[in-house]
Amino acid sequence: MRQWHSFIMATVLLGLSLAGCSQQQRQSQLDTIISRGNVVCGVSGELPGFSFVGQDGKYSGLDVDVCRAIAAALFDNPDAVEFRNLNAKERFTAVQTGEVDVLSRNTTWTMSRDTSVGLEFAPVVFYDGQGVMVKQNGGIKSLADLKGRSICTQTGTTNEQNLADEMRKRNISYTPVVFEDVNIVFATYQEGRCDAVTSDRSQLLSRRSALPKPEEHVILTDVVSKEPLAPAVAAGDAKWNDAVRWAIYTLINAEEMGINSKNVTQLASSSKDPGIRRFLGVEGNLGEGAGLPNDFTVRIIKHVGNYGEIYDRNLGPKTKLNLPRGQNQLWNQGGLLYAPPFR
Amino acid sequence: MKTQGSIPLWRDARFWWVVGQVLVVLLTAIAIAIFWSNLSHNLQQLGIQFGFGFLNSQAAFDIGETPISYLPSDNYARALQVGLANSLRVTVFGIVLATVVGVTAGIARLSDNWLVRQLALVYVETLRNTPLLLQLFFWYFAVFLGFPRLPAHIQLPGPIYLTQQTVALPWFHTTRDTNIWLLMLGANLVLVWAWHWWDSRAAAPALPLLLKLLSTLVLTVAIALSVLESEFLRWDAPRIVEANITGGLQLSPEFGALLVGLSLYTATFIAEIVRGGVQSVSQGQWEAARALGLKPGYILRLVIFPQALRSIVPSLGNQYLNLAKNSSLAIAIGYPDLYAVASTTYNQTGRAVEVMVLISVTYLSISLVISSLINWYNRTVQLVER
Amino acid sequence: MTLDDAPPPALSITPWHWLRRNLFNTWYNSLLTLVCLWLLFQVLQAVLGWVFTQAQWTVVQTNLRLFFIGRYPPNLAWRIWLVLGTVVGLAGLSWGSLAPPRSPWFKRGVSIVTAIALGVAILLPLPLPPRLWLGAIVLLLFGSFGLGKRFATLLKPQLVWAWLGAFPILLWLIGGGLGLRSVSTNLWNGLLLTMLLATTSIVLAFPFSVLLALGRQSNLPVVRWFCTLFVEIVRGLPLIGILFLAQVMLPLILPVELRLDRLLRAIAGLVLFNAAYLAENVRAGLQAVPRGQSEAARALGLNPLLVLWLIVLPQALRVVIPAIVGQFISLFKDTSLLSIFALVELTGIARSVLAQPQFLGRYAEVYLFVGLIYWVFCYSMSIASRRLERHLGIGHKRT
Repeated sequence: MRQWHSFIMATVLLGLSLAGCSQQQRQSQLDTIISRGNVVCGVSGELPGFSFVGQDGKYSGLDVDVCRAIAAALFDNPDAVEFRNLNAKERFTAVQTGEVDVLSRNTTWTMSRDTSVGLEFAPVVFYDGQGVMVKQNGGIKSLADLKGRSICTQTGTTNEQNLADEMRKRNISYTPVVFEDVNIVFATYQEGRCDAVTSDRSQLLSRRSALPKPEEHVILTDVVSKEPLAPAVAAGDAKWNDAVRWAIYTLINAEEMGINSKNVTQLASSSKDPGIRRFLGVEGNLGEGAGLPNDFTVRIIKHVGNYGEIYDRNLGPKTKLNLPRGQNQLWNQGGLLYAPPFR
Repeated sequence: MKTQGSIPLWRDARFWWVVGQVLVVLLTAIAIAIFWSNLSHNLQQLGIQFGFGFLNSQAAFDIGETPISYLPSDNYARALQVGLANSLRVTVFGIVLATVVGVTAGIARLSDNWLVRQLALVYVETLRNTPLLLQLFFWYFAVFLGFPRLPAHIQLPGPIYLTQQTVALPWFHTTRDTNIWLLMLGANLVLVWAWHWWDSRAAAPALPLLLKLLSTLVLTVAIALSVLESEFLRWDAPRIVEANITGGLQLSPEFGALLVGLSLYTATFIAEIVRGGVQSVSQGQWEAARALGLKPGYILRLVIFPQALRSIVPSLGNQYLNLAKNSSLAIAIGYPDLYAVASTTYNQTGRAVEVMVLISVTYLSISLVISSLINWYNRTVQLVER
Repeated sequence: MTLDDAPPPALSITPWHWLRRNLFNTWYNSLLTLVCLWLLFQVLQAVLGWVFTQAQWTVVQTNLRLFFIGRYPPNLAWRIWLVLGTVVGLAGLSWGSLAPPRSPWFKRGVSIVTAIALGVAILLPLPLPPRLWLGAIVLLLFGSFGLGKRFATLLKPQLVWAWLGAFPILLWLIGGGLGLRSVSTNLWNGLLLTMLLATTSIVLAFPFSVLLALGRQSNLPVVRWFCTLFVEIVRGLPLIGILFLAQVMLPLILPVELRLDRLLRAIAGLVLFNAAYLAENVRAGLQAVPRGQSEAARALGLNPLLVLWLIVLPQALRVVIPAIVGQFISLFKDTSLLSIFALVELTGIARSVLAQPQFLGRYAEVYLFVGLIYWVFCYSMSIASRRLERHLGIGHKRT
């Protein structure tokens, strides 16, 4: 009687292997997304100011608004986004395998990620640098004072490697305490397990503001590294990459032109400035060249606002985080944000 | 087949015996081939080539706890070895601790003291029915990080110091001459064995083995003491020097939380196994032992336990395996065990397949070692029984 | 004390006697009791002091919805309530029809418990609609319990089919489609996702485990080796490793077009893991069926497949039911590991809640609350499984 079992097994195996056979062809992710009707966006979901779930169950933050801008450009609906939480480790696999269309998860743009991990980066949405936060009364004034101390950090990030490099360069021995979860990194620091915590400066600032006594913590002036945070898409899909890229440039350019969510509809209908008219798709057909609707800029600005509005809403002085804009000002105001011309 | 021409081929069991197996092998091979071609296609698209060469490149990340020496300039292979050493460390200590706590709790569940019984029940039912991951968070944050910061400390007799940075226990340290001591003692054992073997070739040995062993041991120790400068092992108690703890065995809070969490969780299962094992010994054995006038402690030790062990040991082995496997949860509280180091390696190199193979082979070997040890012990228990 | 001068057994035990007998019968027991009391006092003082004075429970109160159903659309929450109602109703029916007959005192006890549960449900610090739903569900539970008790003989054989049949309907209620507004799996979070992951994985793992168990007993050596190899490899690996395999390797070995959703990959990992463990339980069940059974069936002229389907499996699986419940409990706990892979189940949503700026650092309250949820479910399931075991044991002896 036993041989029957092998047949059942065989059928199951056959079924499995047939399921594995299917023809392979490639089309741009952009077409897939448009026919699907929403953008799948990988975020952290655990990062105040960048992406987190509010009590109403809605995502908000800077990274989230980038995705909403892309959705607004494609569908005239900023909520046509499906957010997926990704941890630091699996984020790249998720983009490579097409599980998410775009990764907007405070990811540092590095050469190896751009060239060998199979990613393509969109423009930088936040210029950051890695810093180290310590307790004010801990007697630590610079990196050199961390000799023999313990430092908390998150695994799977550039922070972990930058720290190892920097300390090796300066020949300082220290004890790393490494966690998967960024909340646990800061919780552990707060509990006093570590003498210092290292992360991107924006995160340090935002986390410091959330500590019970923010004034007791200082961020060292030593900047360990530069961390340009940018969204990323899978490599080898120029069409989709262009769409993401120009959706983000729209945000920056809108602020530079003084266009915001309040005045955009009015400007689109009444402005005489040919630059603005071209930018807003009233003249010419810039959008269509990128495979986007011609009024995609209007849609983005109307629903999500310009970069300045997004920044103020998520990180600005009215929020609990209160991050100064610093390098994230426009280029003509002393910052690094610069969008190529819309022409 | 030919002789029984009346039986058609498809009714012949031997035919199906062969065809069935060939089919299974074939289908498995096809499935593996499909998976393999997908894998190589996908890897090719990602620009990754299969191979373990990456193990020789520089790891460039730091590891917090290094039982064996390690620098960020070492290669990935070394980093993984450090992870393995950390895993083994927590597994070995965890098994010992879990057994002690588990057996105690199991016996407490059978105590004639109502309060002890209820407390043991509450302990077992609470920890058994909540996820280990949450318990680890609890031990780490609420207990180990709740200890005072260093100049301040909690001191327990021993002396054991509890602080947020480290938990310090008294421990033995090897001395300069430990190796020579070990060598001499080993030589002593070999000598005794040879002597005894030589002696017992004839009918009856002149001296019993134990006496030979004792006498030579005394001699060896006397010689060693007079010749060597330092003792075999040095008792090393931690002490506080200038607001820092030195000496003793210093454990990080991550290790401490993992060890305590793992052991207490596994101990609840061991307690139930011990209780079940003891209860499986028939009531008549208790009555007979009591009739012989044995005290309760002796009954348990001499009559009940040896019999209960028979049913306890195999299940105990399963729990040890679970403990070893669950130690991979270390990653959640920042203890750099094998899995944590391997997943950092994967993250930096993107080599999913190679890392997965390494993890699998290592954990399978650990499981194999533990289960063969348990099987060996199980055999001795069963033999003693007879 | 000889038998003659032994006092007659006391009819009523005074508290004093009870204390003497259970806590202070020997000197070391007295010592133990005192030590335990002291320990208990210390622990309770610390814990209760923290719970009532230091802890800030607003984080739990404001996020209750997130913990239970996550980001499921609030205006569709009635569907989850319906699901809960169905499950509770079925559970009540099963409980009622499986429970042994009790004394009338027990009936009074049940009505008192119902009244208390109803009171608690209605007085909970929640908005009105959930309280009404909860109250209705408590009533439903005890109503269906009574119903199950009344029609026990009629219902008992149908229970398994009722549960199996309800499963797709419940999935449809949650996920929508076919007339209902569909809800993306991405929005199924919290306890809802934990429950779904655990149930789906165990249901899917079960047929695989039966195949594996049969394969391990097959008289075709190759089949036996494959199954043994699979089971032993999976059992030798930590679950976290299996989940890593499912999350990272599965997309690599499947063709580009067949990209499984992360939820499906998690389920695939859990199924793989549980199939191996369940297979061992099923194998034990198969071995418990006497050889005579299948020999007799074959002598009757049944073909091998029918022998398996009608004679061997029903007897084997019956023995395995408590082990399956046990496996389900550990699976329920193990789903917490998925939070390491950024799945937003109960532990994952706890981590998300902890990222809300106003509640940073409130992990003790959150983890304690989440732990309590896990505990309530696992403990009640383990009690149920013990009952079931006893019940099946009795049945077994009778036949």
